[in-house]
Amino acid sequence: MTRKQKRLVMILSGLAALGLAAGLVLYAISDTIVFFFTPSEMAEKHVAPGQRLRLGGMVEAGSVASADGVNHNFVVTDTIATTKVHFKGQLPDLFREGQGVVAEGVLQPDGSFEADTVLAKHDENYMPREVADSLKAKGVHLGKGAGP
Amino acid sequence: MIVEVGHFALVLALAVAAYQFAVNLYGASRNDAGLMAAGRMAALAQAVLIGLAFFVLMHAYIVSDFSVENVFRNSHSAKPLLYKISGVWGNHEGSMLLWVLILAIFGGAVALFGRNLPPQLKARVLGVQGSVGLAFLLFVVLTSNPFTRLSPAPIEGQGLNPILQDPALAFHPPFLYAGYVGLSVAFAFAVAALIEGKVDAAWARWVRPWTLASWTFLTIGIAMGSWWAYYELGWGGFWFWDPVENASLMPWLVATALIHSAIVVEKRNALKIWTLLLSIFAFSLSLLGTFLVRSGILTSVHAFAVDPDRGFFILGILTLFIGGSLTLFAIRAPVLKAGGLFAPVSREGALVVNNLILCAAAAAVFVGTLYPLALETLNGAKITVGAPYFNLTFGPLMIPLLLLVPLGPMLTWKRASVSAVGRRLWLAAALAAAIGIAVLIVNVRGPWLAALGVGVGAWLIIGALWELSERLGAGRVPLAASWSRLKGMPRAAIGMTLAHAGLGLALIGIFGLSFWRVENIVAMQSGDTAQVGAYTIVFVGETPLKGPNYTGVSGKFDLLRDGKPVAVLTSEKREFKPRGMPTTEVGLHQTVAGDVYIALGDKAMNGGRSVRMYYNPLASFIWWGAAIMFLGGLLSLTDRRFRVGAPRRATVATPATEAGRV
Repeated sequence: MTRKQKRLVMILSGLAALGLAAGLVLYAISDTIVFFFTPSEMAEKHVAPGQRLRLGGMVEAGSVASADGVNHNFVVTDTIATTKVHFKGQLPDLFREGQGVVAEGVLQPDGSFEADTVLAKHDENYMPREVADSLKAKGVHLGKGAGP
Repeated sequence: MIVEVGHFALVLALAVAAYQFAVNLYGASRNDAGLMAAGRMAALAQAVLIGLAFFVLMHAYIVSDFSVENVFRNSHSAKPLLYKISGVWGNHEGSMLLWVLILAIFGGAVALFGRNLPPQLKARVLGVQGSVGLAFLLFVVLTSNPFTRLSPAPIEGQGLNPILQDPALAFHPPFLYAGYVGLSVAFAFAVAALIEGKVDAAWARWVRPWTLASWTFLTIGIAMGSWWAYYELGWGGFWFWDPVENASLMPWLVATALIHSAIVVEKRNALKIWTLLLSIFAFSLSLLGTFLVRSGILTSVHAFAVDPDRGFFILGILTLFIGGSLTLFAIRAPVLKAGGLFAPVSREGALVVNNLILCAAAAAVFVGTLYPLALETLNGAKITVGAPYFNLTFGPLMIPLLLLVPLGPMLTWKRASVSAVGRRLWLAAALAAAIGIAVLIVNVRGPWLAALGVGVGAWLIIGALWELSERLGAGRVPLAASWSRLKGMPRAAIGMTLAHAGLGLALIGIFGLSFWRVENIVAMQSGDTAQVGAYTIVFVGETPLKGPNYTGVSGKFDLLRDGKPVAVLTSEKREFKPRGMPTTEVGLHQTVAGDVYIALGDKAMNGGRSVRMYYNPLASFIWWGAAIMFLGGLLSLTDRRFRVGAPRRATVATPATEAGRV
């Protein structure tokens, strides 16, 4: 093969690898992204039940209840609307009433939220940015150190 | 007073960095030996000054000097000594100081050890290093000064985030940073080569050990972080595809590509322009990683409260260095001539495929990590790209690469024969396929992907050992002869075997843990039993707990297998005094076959405890594999070819090298 042909092989194989990667990325991104909503956005946008999504807000004070230590019920609020959440599993160490939370799961037909993941934080001052932004946009006052 | 000395040393280091940047580049352009010697001294002075500043800060932590704001915010007098020391980098300011310290150490090491580097190249490398140091020292001094005093001094500190009080995490940041920052040396060499317009085999020989060192540190740093996430965070996973984790994976992927492409430059004088570009990308991704982690711009489970204004500063540094180096590349790369020729099927060809796939995989991770940010900026939609995306993109890209790994070292340079390689490797391939099929049959109702993963992992291990045993003539020559061959082998070759085999081992662990894990969450009273995998777990009861800086409860569990006691595990819930922040310490029983993992949960209303149990098959393979890769990297670094007899640049250019030069 001549130098030109070899270069062509190199360029074509490069394009093939990039094309494959781009194809996989596009396919995966359309299928696997998860949208983030606060309770009031969920009501405004009429989110259909059955869709996988992330719910964020504050854990309403006094709403956390667990009869057996495994099934947890709590209410997520953005002070405008609320959503009831059920979660089976262990809550993260920093899960607390009155603090920010992000739960991932599926909206049920009755308007409640079945979470399979409740996100942990590493730092008691940290609030997930989406939660902080959304709450700020709704004019909710954030306490000291409540996120960026 | 001591603190002021550290503060002063830090500011002085900033001035020295500016001097190092200017005098080296100017001295090199004038080819002035005196100026270049001054430049070398500047690099050494820089390392000493920042080292002094760093130890002053560490001293303030050890003696709990709470008049320093940084110590007050992140330390506590009751904290164990190890965490007082690791607390130095367990916060933003201190970790940035560690960042510049490691940068300066690398610069000083180039000045000291690069004895056979041509003085001009060395001066340019140190000059570029100085510019990076200057930018980050400005960042530290202007936005993140760790020496700010508090008056009056508080009596007690606020304590280190308890989740960071862990031995693995104590050493995770230094290793990770050594990996990140080590790539700055490859970057500096690339920029220096672009300024000189000269890349040859000698250049590659000089760059390789630095890149390899970075890769080795990155590998162990990532592995430590993942090990920490596994047993400290209590969710039982080892990798979350979280932005902060991806930020370290991307430089690792590109550094892996770089250590492979630099071989081609050294041995065959080909892929030169590409290797320069990879060096720039590798360090750019390190900077991006620093930016993502330090700015908190992406939501991450690993995120800590951060200050967004600092993010803009790092973004500025990022833009300056990536934009600047790519512009230089665009102007100067055409000057570099392409080197040696090779056929598509050859060692070079295989390494090109390696590079293409690794870069495509890094690009896929990049898109998944930054797409949410881009989308939010464009239309305000808030989305998450999680594990399913990465499994769908990263997995299919990497599997073909992994299948090719054992073939690469078997191929000859320039032109290789597929059938010859096939004749040498078919038995190894058959063995690995047999293992994969055996897993598939035994585990017929389980996921077929797990069998694929184990098969590919076995292929990597067998392939690596096969190549080694061929070199040693195992079975063909007497054992003593094999042994002397092993001793005579270049250490880098054994390092490669270890790294490839370790990768295979880690892969088996990753697939085993991901596809075969058994989870059980139950509420237990004392005396209750639960089942996880083949194990029975008896909750013995809980006792109160008192540590140096925490209180809590400790849950005791008996672990039984086939009715016989195997181990006693404890899992703790700790409440750390200064912050009132709780953490969970998991109970872990590790065997080769798998880990039993118990995390104590919350108290239930009926007085019991929720307990989360996992059986994680093959989990320890992940970290053993990573440790073997790390050892492989270390062993390669001791290869004498990297130190003794490093090539001098050919002064009388032969026609062959002439073609590769300007």
